[in-house]
Amino acid sequence: MAEPGSNRAPETGAFFQRDRQWHPPAFTPNYKSSVLRSPQKALLSFDNTLSERTGPVFGHAMLGELDNDLIHNFARPGESAIGERIIVHGRVLDERGKGVPGVLLEFWQANAGGRYRHKKDGYLAPLDPNFGGCGRTITGEDGGYAFRTVRPGPYPWPNGPNDWRPAHIHFSVFGHGFAQRLITQMYFEGDPLIWRCPIVGGISNKEAIEALIAALDMQSTIPMDAIAYRFDIVLRGRRSTLFENRPEGN
Amino acid sequence: MAQSLDRLKESPSQTAGPYVHIGLTPNFCGIGGVYASDLGSTMLNGETKGDRIELRIRVLDGTGTPLKDALIEIWQADANGLYNSPAEMRGAADPNFQGWGRQPTDMETGVCRFQTIKPGRVPFRDGRLMAPHITLWIVARGINIGLHTRLYFADEEKANAEDPILARIEHRLRVPTLIAERQGDSYVFDVHLQGEKETVFFDS
Repeated sequence: MAEPGSNRAPETGAFFQRDRQWHPPAFTPNYKSSVLRSPQKALLSFDNTLSERTGPVFGHAMLGELDNDLIHNFARPGESAIGERIIVHGRVLDERGKGVPGVLLEFWQANAGGRYRHKKDGYLAPLDPNFGGCGRTITGEDGGYAFRTVRPGPYPWPNGPNDWRPAHIHFSVFGHGFAQRLITQMYFEGDPLIWRCPIVGGISNKEAIEALIAALDMQSTIPMDAIAYRFDIVLRGRRSTLFENRPEGN
Repeated sequence: MAQSLDRLKESPSQTAGPYVHIGLTPNFCGIGGVYASDLGSTMLNGETKGDRIELRIRVLDGTGTPLKDALIEIWQADANGLYNSPAEMRGAADPNFQGWGRQPTDMETGVCRFQTIKPGRVPFRDGRLMAPHITLWIVARGINIGLHTRLYFADEEKANAEDPILARIEHRLRVPTLIAERQGDSYVFDVHLQGEKETVFFDS
């Protein structure tokens, strides 16, 4: 069924195969948590059925006014989160270069000191009473999105004896088909910790790592308010259904 | 040189990490007041058609220990086998059933519960019917790229026997790794990340 009010014909084709050499493999021993959590047997490969081509729709009506403003969405009235104020913006595209509208983006991050609001985080940096650390938005017609937050701090984590995560924002990306489902992390241009991180290092291709590094975007900053970073996200593309209209035997 | 295909590469995956709850189920981890409720936490209302079932899913690591920091999403057809999706061209799905759910594993027990309905059968590309199934997507600390698999139902023996995806599994002793056992109105499903009983994961 087409989306109500939309004049776009829904796309129904199978998604391009995932390039498993481009993604990090399941087993990346320098990231110790992966050792006992990585499947070891071959994956079962098959072209998408309807179960993978379809996916739920998320409408803009579900969004609250401050959902895309992490500086204020957990803050007491009249107060705001502490830290370097930033705007993160960009587009969600598919592998064909088309903007993808209606994508649910959910993001979460540590505060400016590198501390998460989570009972499992025992880092000595303090919590910010005005910062929760989560936000969400839905892409517009051209696949564009933007949100406002504070730049998260880097933090130490128990992996090697002295491992530090680069500053990062987690992104959950929900496209049109369940096969497009993706979680990734955004890093910041110029952060020297990126190239020392065992989680980032699970990606073997330098270009692939660079695809996760947001660029400083001075043209989009708001003077005397917030600096901007641009981060584009790419989801799997869909094949055309021109030659797939009829199931065999019909 | 030939012409450029002018394609982009998919953004590489990164682990959801140990704090995935902050972003995807903030109310569950004590961050209240940002969203009214956690997205995907309720799949049914009073009008939803179909047989009510509960899924009880655990994810076990290579030592057999349940993960207590994982997050599972499910995606399924309605009771008539229709997806509530713009890419569903066969008809209109039950408007009281979105078909998508999201739950964290319990931080003490590792059990993840979904209250949903038994899905109907959905056709494979050649028109044959697949057995009733629910698509699973699992993320957690230590999982570098979300794991995709399916849950089938033990009491659908005949349908399972003719399911075209189950039929593709070369080592037949691995087929049961995708089949949930019935216990009353619940289906119990253990996902094994490694070992002899490693679940069949998909690349689709």
